[in-house]
Amino acid sequence: MKTFSLALRNLLRNRRRSLTTLLAMIVGAGAILVFGGYSRDITYGLQTGYVARSGHLQIQHKNYFMYGSGNPTAYGIPDYEHIIATIKTDPVLASMLTVVTPTLQLGGIAGNFSAGISRIVIGSGVVVEDQNTMRKWNDYQFPSRPKPDALTGTKDNAVLIGNGVARVLQLCGPLKVKNCETPRVTIDANSKAAPDDIAALSAVEAPAHVSADDDASRIEMLAANAHGAPNVASLNVVKAEDQGVKELDDISVVMHLAQAQRLVYAAAAPQATAIVLQLQHTSQMAAARARLEQLLATSFKDSPLEIQEFTTLNPFYGQSIGMFGALFSFIAVLIGAIVLFTVGNTMSMAVVERTVEIGTLRAIGLRRGGIRRLFICEGLLLGVIGAAMGVLIALLLAYLINHAGLSWLPPGRVEPVSLTVRVWGESRLIGGTAIGLMIVAMLSALWPANRASKMNIVDALRHV
Amino acid sequence: MQPVILKNVGRTYHLDAVDVPALSDICLEIRPERFTVIAGASGSGKTTLLNLIGCIDRPDCGEIMVAGHDVQKMSDDALSDFRARHLGFIFQNFNLLPVLTAYENVEYPLILAQVPAAKRKSRVLALLDAVGLADRARNRPGQLSGGQRQRVAIARALATAPQLVLADEPTANLDSHTGAAIIALMRRMQREHQVSFVFSSHDPQVLAEADDAVHIRDGRIVSIERRDERTNQMEAAA
Repeated sequence: MKTFSLALRNLLRNRRRSLTTLLAMIVGAGAILVFGGYSRDITYGLQTGYVARSGHLQIQHKNYFMYGSGNPTAYGIPDYEHIIATIKTDPVLASMLTVVTPTLQLGGIAGNFSAGISRIVIGSGVVVEDQNTMRKWNDYQFPSRPKPDALTGTKDNAVLIGNGVARVLQLCGPLKVKNCETPRVTIDANSKAAPDDIAALSAVEAPAHVSADDDASRIEMLAANAHGAPNVASLNVVKAEDQGVKELDDISVVMHLAQAQRLVYAAAAPQATAIVLQLQHTSQMAAARARLEQLLATSFKDSPLEIQEFTTLNPFYGQSIGMFGALFSFIAVLIGAIVLFTVGNTMSMAVVERTVEIGTLRAIGLRRGGIRRLFICEGLLLGVIGAAMGVLIALLLAYLINHAGLSWLPPGRVEPVSLTVRVWGESRLIGGTAIGLMIVAMLSALWPANRASKMNIVDALRHV
Repeated sequence: MQPVILKNVGRTYHLDAVDVPALSDICLEIRPERFTVIAGASGSGKTTLLNLIGCIDRPDCGEIMVAGHDVQKMSDDALSDFRARHLGFIFQNFNLLPVLTAYENVEYPLILAQVPAAKRKSRVLALLDAVGLADRARNRPGQLSGGQRQRVAIARALATAPQLVLADEPTANLDSHTGAAIIALMRRMQREHQVSFVFSSHDPQVLAEADDAVHIRDGRIVSIERRDERTNQMEAAA
């Protein structure tokens, strides 16, 4: 029997006290799990955002990430199409992939010369169809549905700019950007038109027919081409979008890949600064990376390429996870300490109350170890029951929160997202919390149990 | 075989800075299959002597042999196992486990002695029947009267068929009628099970029933009465 059966009956003896102790554990387990579920939701949300934008893995020219972001000419990948084709048909990688797409990043100056204004921007050239496919990545079943890229179905010279770029270039009016008043500034009459040299370069790039609407939201983008000479493109801004982060909002210009390649490489062979790989599941990242490294070392051994993971490319992701991890640990330790003292107190009181009983058990032949086991079992049972009920309460709370229709605006996001708590299915979180609580409850019982086991039998029997 | 032999046993309690001698120079042989009473006034040392015989306390000096074993040399665990197999205890306050039924209380020492389940059941039922509580097997101590509880305690003490049962003032918390019934029951069980019973008591009813009476005062044996030999020899304590 009898240790567990006896321990359980002893717990039921003082029901009110056991219930109070259990309540502390249930609240503790519930709090840990609900916060853990919320933290998990943030992690998945951030991951979904980053993977939908920049994939899981990127193949870049060696050292591009550290030194080459301002120099697409020196750090471009010339044979990117061949690499993409090889990856797409690779028997190991093919089943893991959702998208393999090239991108090109370039630095330049965007100018609204009709307003006499320009600013430094970072341009991204993308394959819009691939970007739309990437946006659909939703491995964690978030309820939101992604909108298609604003460049979808647009002409080659169409661009999408950040709200900050629109604000600085005084394009808020034509682009109907909300909360963006054009400041009253005196503009030099001579600056209303682009300088002659810029205008001449732009005229070469400009499409033959430009509508009045196009003209209203037109910008010129100046970039250095492969030979170091300036190159200008006349671009039609189709939309200004909030990028979530002001620093990005103030410099972002997204365009079709072909347009970006024309700006940088002009008539030379087009290149890409990164090949983006989006996988079916994040869990495949290690396997995919290993295979890619194999391919780079064999099929493309002459190309100086390296692989970057989305966690490296987006340090904010790791920082956010680290911050929530630290908060979770802090809360878990705090609740663990509360449980430790609550269970410890309960067990200590039980030892005092049952001193004569301890003496009797020892007298009739129960060893010290048996007494220790009995009280540790009581602590463990408290832990098991508290953890089990805590998990149930947390699941119920999570269900209620997830169906309450709450939403919030996470940092770096443009639109509010549903406030959800992921407890169901998070076996590691649930298991870790439950086992942790059981261990804490057992540890709490250890000291009173040791004290009980070391009691002098005669003194215990004489206890009043 | 002598169930208990004590030679020059002494026990002193150390209370803060004061040493209180509880027993001095005890020499005693408790004969097998007898009803032995340790009699004396409160504070005379009879409970201390019973504790030493019951192996729940250790002497400061002297030797104690219980059922042929030198119990002083045993480790704490070995002594626990020894108590579980060879000794039975009956307490003044019954000391039943309140969360267990009468059946389970009697069964508990058998579990400690690692007796197989089937054998346990027949033994427990037989003992409960013998003490007249077969119909109360499922009752917890809280649902039993004082006399019934002490009868369960007697059944528990006899569960492992020990060689020696120790009872510390078993009738002290019972009315005289119930006390007499309990003594009669213990006497009957002692004879039926051929076991040695050692009591500490100053109850005249218990003394009247005893085969041997050890009189103790101020921690020393003043006389030993062996009634079944029809002698009243007085043995001065050494």
